[in-house]
Amino acid sequence: MSTQDVTLMAHLMRRAGFSATRSELEKFLDKGYEQTVEDLLSPGDPGNMPDDLIRRYHVEQSELRELSGAGAYWLYRMITTNNPLEEKLTLFWHGLFATGYAKLNQARALLNQIDMFRSYGLGNFKDLLINLSQDPAMIIWLDNNDNHKDAINENYGRELLELFSMGIGNYTEDDVKECARAFTGWTLKNAEYMAMRAGKDSIWPYGRIAWHYEYRNDDHDEGKKTFLGHEGNFNGEDIIQIIVDQQATAKFVATRLFQFFASDDVDSESHDQVISEMMDAYFDSGYEIKSVLRTLFNSDYFKSDECMYSRVKGPVESVVGTARLAGSYQLPQMDVDKLWFQTMFMGQGVLAPPTVEGWHEGVEWIDSGSLVERVNYAAKEFGDTTKSGVRDIISRLSDTYSEQINVPDLVDGCLDLIGPIQVGDHTRNSLIDFVSEFSDNNVLDISSFDSKGSKCVAQTLGLIASTREYQLA
Amino acid sequence: MDKKEKSLVVVQLSGGNDYLNTIVPYGDDDYYDFRKTVRIDQSDVLQIDKMYGFNPHLSPIKALYDQGKVAVINGIGYDNPNRSHFRSMDIWHTALPDEIGSEGWLGRVIRELDPKSENVLTGVNFGRGLPRALGVRGVPVASVGNLETYGLFTDMQDEAEKSLALRAFTHMYGGIGKDSVMEYLGQTGRDALKGADILRTAPAKYSSTIEYANNSIAQNMKSMAQVLLADLGTRVFYTQHGSFDTHSGEIISHAKLWDEVSGAVADFYDDLKEHGRDEEVIVMIFSEFGRRIKDNGSGTDHGSGGVAFVIGSDINGGMYGQYPSIKQADQLEGDLRSNNDFRSTYTTIIDDWFGLDAIPIVNGQFEKFNFVKA
Repeated sequence: MSTQDVTLMAHLMRRAGFSATRSELEKFLDKGYEQTVEDLLSPGDPGNMPDDLIRRYHVEQSELRELSGAGAYWLYRMITTNNPLEEKLTLFWHGLFATGYAKLNQARALLNQIDMFRSYGLGNFKDLLINLSQDPAMIIWLDNNDNHKDAINENYGRELLELFSMGIGNYTEDDVKECARAFTGWTLKNAEYMAMRAGKDSIWPYGRIAWHYEYRNDDHDEGKKTFLGHEGNFNGEDIIQIIVDQQATAKFVATRLFQFFASDDVDSESHDQVISEMMDAYFDSGYEIKSVLRTLFNSDYFKSDECMYSRVKGPVESVVGTARLAGSYQLPQMDVDKLWFQTMFMGQGVLAPPTVEGWHEGVEWIDSGSLVERVNYAAKEFGDTTKSGVRDIISRLSDTYSEQINVPDLVDGCLDLIGPIQVGDHTRNSLIDFVSEFSDNNVLDISSFDSKGSKCVAQTLGLIASTREYQLA
Repeated sequence: MDKKEKSLVVVQLSGGNDYLNTIVPYGDDDYYDFRKTVRIDQSDVLQIDKMYGFNPHLSPIKALYDQGKVAVINGIGYDNPNRSHFRSMDIWHTALPDEIGSEGWLGRVIRELDPKSENVLTGVNFGRGLPRALGVRGVPVASVGNLETYGLFTDMQDEAEKSLALRAFTHMYGGIGKDSVMEYLGQTGRDALKGADILRTAPAKYSSTIEYANNSIAQNMKSMAQVLLADLGTRVFYTQHGSFDTHSGEIISHAKLWDEVSGAVADFYDDLKEHGRDEEVIVMIFSEFGRRIKDNGSGTDHGSGGVAFVIGSDINGGMYGQYPSIKQADQLEGDLRSNNDFRSTYTTIIDDWFGLDAIPIVNGQFEKFNFVKA
């Protein structure tokens, strides 16, 4: 396999997944790039850590009502899944259709929503929007349970257009009201029962048990509506059909996917070109997200140098990617709830987006406090020679070079095996200085995992994960 | 004016502090009717007047109250109270009760105090992660888990290796970035190092006769005193303590929490006084909501209407706001009705203490109290 192939495959896996170890990359390279893309787009058995094992070790992950336990439960899945794109895309939908724990006080309902994203996320965008509109967590989050025939609540209707499908500027205030009217009667089945339970139970004001969706015909406004130039006695499904047919929707969906998977900024002709191809794929396939992503991953732009390292990794991407590379959390680990707090300290507590707008991404992920958290987390994960991922890298170094490895080989080998990631000369020189001083300019012995040389490998990996370059994907 | 610049310390009581058992309406028979078990006996109350008194575990704060240093803001809250911890805390943090806000009120204060972000330490949180109250895009705020060890590579045990790693980090982030993103990352890394380097000098410069207790709030307030006395230009200090979510076993846990908080606050005040700096700082203590009037036999459930405290030498001590009626007919779904919006207290602090325009910070105009000395 060529260096170029490994570099490209590592790039694909940073974007379509959460980074990949060298053994994983080797398996993908055997299949080739396009087949790997196809496999990512057709997830099979996730093979993630099973629930019975998780529950045996984590009481808080049985009911999954509380935030940190439920967040850690999802992080386990991201770390151990064989379907990295499925989870990555689910994280994308979670950020786009951002529903937060703050108002729900019920993490199980959020995890149900996450399951729904997993089931429909690669499929038809129309089905996804219908399921989103019927999702109990979303109904409460954006008040559609207060959207009644004779008294509309515009919250969901507005965000469906503004934040979830078309973007501002593509509809009028009247369209918002008509949209809200069409979604009257899309509500919770067991709201009264939940309210009765809640009256006795102030910790969980919206109840402890699962909500269900119900369509109430008697609370649905059946009157004529005018929406985006169409007229009819529209219900929610009709509105969604009109939405998914809009050019604005195709552009919105393609652009947001492009920003998440390809480049933070959309500011060049090549970007516009790919987005336009993704829009064509959207319509040609009948709104299939899978086709839109296939077009992106197979585009020349995606494989180009211009695309590489043009995104700032989000906190979850960063934490999960580092855990996967270092080989952490493959088995239940008592402090896994700390992992959820870790993502929150870095600015992205999963299941708890700050607002319906989701998180501000790109360079806004980074401030001095969150950078300190990133560096300290990564240095700790990689700086431990008992981790299986770290040991694998040490073994591969000694196989590739020698049990007695010189300074530049150690640095270049680590840069290769942690990615490969490309760093500037300045960064590489700083790493070489570090290893030289660590070893007093001597050859390093990495024949055993507890040798000083192996420790140096671990610290070097930690330092690489602290670089500016590592913050990019 | 020859005085140093004024600073604010905010202590967040996370989980919902039980107002009725903090400032106790011991003269009201209804209190003992609703609180059959989770109550403070009349004989234990530290009396303010014939009707109200402090929980005995606030005795250090009561002592400051007797010296006129403590403003007690009774019945604080907001309309249509939300009893979810997270949402209610967000409301206090963003000063927006009716919509979901994105900017923290203290982040806005920091931006006004240091509009060009000249000091990376104008706002410092003592604890990990950034509370939403401090979060505003482009406003740097340091979050310090532990002042003694704060900084990069804290998990590296070997000091020599750690210093090599720090040196490497300094080199790596010192290079010119090849584009604006790399340049921004470089600047942020250098800010983080600079903040850590400056902050780490504080403990060494500090000396005091005060011995803070060995619990997290006391240690955080000690760190605040160290940073404040080191004159690093920090104006907004934030920390939190908890959990005050006392659904069960309240009498024991609430007492312990207040022993810790009131001890820490009083030690902090004494520390500043010892250094002649007590007139530069006020401490605000708040919680996201109060608790249900009727107890549940062991603890209390989420309620509304609460109490805040503002403490300092430049405070006109006394009782502010109205203590809400606990009569059945006056209750709001079993809870206390608030009678003053929390943004009145924020406005008083922003206008009268910092001399800033509060309206854009708290999203509106609110009547002020007169607890800041003119």
